[in-house]
Amino acid sequence: MPRLKRWLTDPWRRPRLLESLVWAYLAWSILPVALAVWFSFNAGRSRSSWQGFSLRWYWQDPELSVWHDPDLHRALLHSLRLAVLTTLVAVPLGVAFAIGLDRWRGRIAGTFNFQMLLSFVMPEIILAVALLFLVTNLLKVVPLGGGAQLLGLVTFQLSYPVIICRARLLSIGGEYEEAAMDLGASPVRALRHVLLPLLAPAIFASAVLVFADVIDDFVLVRYLSSDAATEPMSVKIYNSARSSTTPALNALASIMLASSLLAVALGTLVYRRFTRGERGQESAVGELAVQV
Amino acid sequence: MAWLLVLFLLPFYVVLSIAFGAVDPLFRTPVPVWNPVQWNPFQFELLFERVFGSGGFLGPAFLRTFAFVAAASAICLLVAYPVAYFVTRYAGRRKLLLLVLLLAPFWVSYMMRMLAWVNLLESDGLVNQALVGAGLLGAPFPWLAGQPVTVTLGLVYGYIPYMVLALYAGLDRVDQRLLEAARDLGASRRRTFLLVTLPLSRQAILAGLVITALPMFGDYFTNDLLSGSPRTSMVGNLVNDAVSSPGQGGQAAALVLVLMALLILPMLAYVRATARAAREAGR
Repeated sequence: MPRLKRWLTDPWRRPRLLESLVWAYLAWSILPVALAVWFSFNAGRSRSSWQGFSLRWYWQDPELSVWHDPDLHRALLHSLRLAVLTTLVAVPLGVAFAIGLDRWRGRIAGTFNFQMLLSFVMPEIILAVALLFLVTNLLKVVPLGGGAQLLGLVTFQLSYPVIICRARLLSIGGEYEEAAMDLGASPVRALRHVLLPLLAPAIFASAVLVFADVIDDFVLVRYLSSDAATEPMSVKIYNSARSSTTPALNALASIMLASSLLAVALGTLVYRRFTRGERGQESAVGELAVQV
Repeated sequence: MAWLLVLFLLPFYVVLSIAFGAVDPLFRTPVPVWNPVQWNPFQFELLFERVFGSGGFLGPAFLRTFAFVAAASAICLLVAYPVAYFVTRYAGRRKLLLLVLLLAPFWVSYMMRMLAWVNLLESDGLVNQALVGAGLLGAPFPWLAGQPVTVTLGLVYGYIPYMVLALYAGLDRVDQRLLEAARDLGASRRRTFLLVTLPLSRQAILAGLVITALPMFGDYFTNDLLSGSPRTSMVGNLVNDAVSSPGQGGQAAALVLVLMALLILPMLAYVRATARAAREAGR
């Protein structure tokens, strides 16, 4: 008993209870997903009883696997296409915006911060419905489907590159560019050979974020899709989570998970390589955490 | 700038024009009326009737939404606070690992995370297998057949990472020296927590509640996947149903505007508070 009493009153004891709570929380947040991935390798049709390991639902099954089922296959390709295209459009546009904003300053910069903060808290359904009505009533030139989806996604992803690149521009300062121009470089050359290489980590980090975010987007792309051919993976999962009876859906979800994790892991590695030796560099993720 | 104008403000004007617009008498499709002078509030009268009227079938959904969101955000806070607190104060060398694990859900698609629970909660799923196997349940429980508990916990599962992150960011900024000072001056652990840590993290708690609760108001997919029954439908489901059924476009626009009106104040408060905090941190 005295030992228990001493333990209870010890002001420096480790908070065991708290610690186990944290691990329990992590298990609760990660295990369900891990199990879903695990069952995508099931040899049987069940998503709850294990019948041995196989890659049946990825490509071996001649009809129902992701590789052979044309619907799943198409959803996968559409997701990747949207993610790549959005990244290709939003990132260069965002970088240009960021450089421009850095020159002009003023109220416009606040607009991007406002938009980014707002998109954290505003229910996505509000924006999605508004955009849907816009496209169906006013911008009839943009057909529902890939085009409208791309337009909507670019709009909402634009603030990532703008904000991340602006933060980086602030920490770079104007001296390098001025030095380059003093040494005789034209403004274009200074931009091309000095500023852009210095910005590379930020550009890269925002590309990764945009890519991973677009792959996971659901509400917006669903409303702006036109038919089954323009439904990406997330919509496919939504449509058939309750009705589908095979782990092929789990396989699809696992591929989706793998592609965003791969993008993020690659992004972190490359980002670290870029910024090696720089002091006080927050990682892109850390920067975002601060934004929240 | 023009881009933002076209794709942010214009959509809202279109929504307004449709919500206050006319309905094509033949096809019952909404016809936007662009001139504000001719705007007609009948969509709102219809919506009002459906929410508060005697046969109002939308009213319960609004009340239910508030109940679910309140319960889910409260659980989020109660679970996330100790987690964030531990990671900021006691994680030590494992802090980076814990942070990566806490951030992991952000990179997993929301649909995937819900699909995982659909798998687990099916009548022959692992949860029922475990509960029946342990003798806690006589027969499998129909978790996915319109249970408010399932939907609330689904919302908690979906949005809690945001809460953890917001609390972590807030608690990490709390000056450790203040806590040491409190302990040096003789305050017990509990008093230090109640009188120093908790008041200092008030902003973070508010921010966390806002960024978890507001998106929940527009959520319909959690509900559709984990219940699918009208007994648990929320405002988000009403919007989604109105969007996907022909002739209800005007109702969808009106619902979106009502939702917007309900949420605009907390949204702006959050944006202002965060912008102010960022400015102060920058100084």
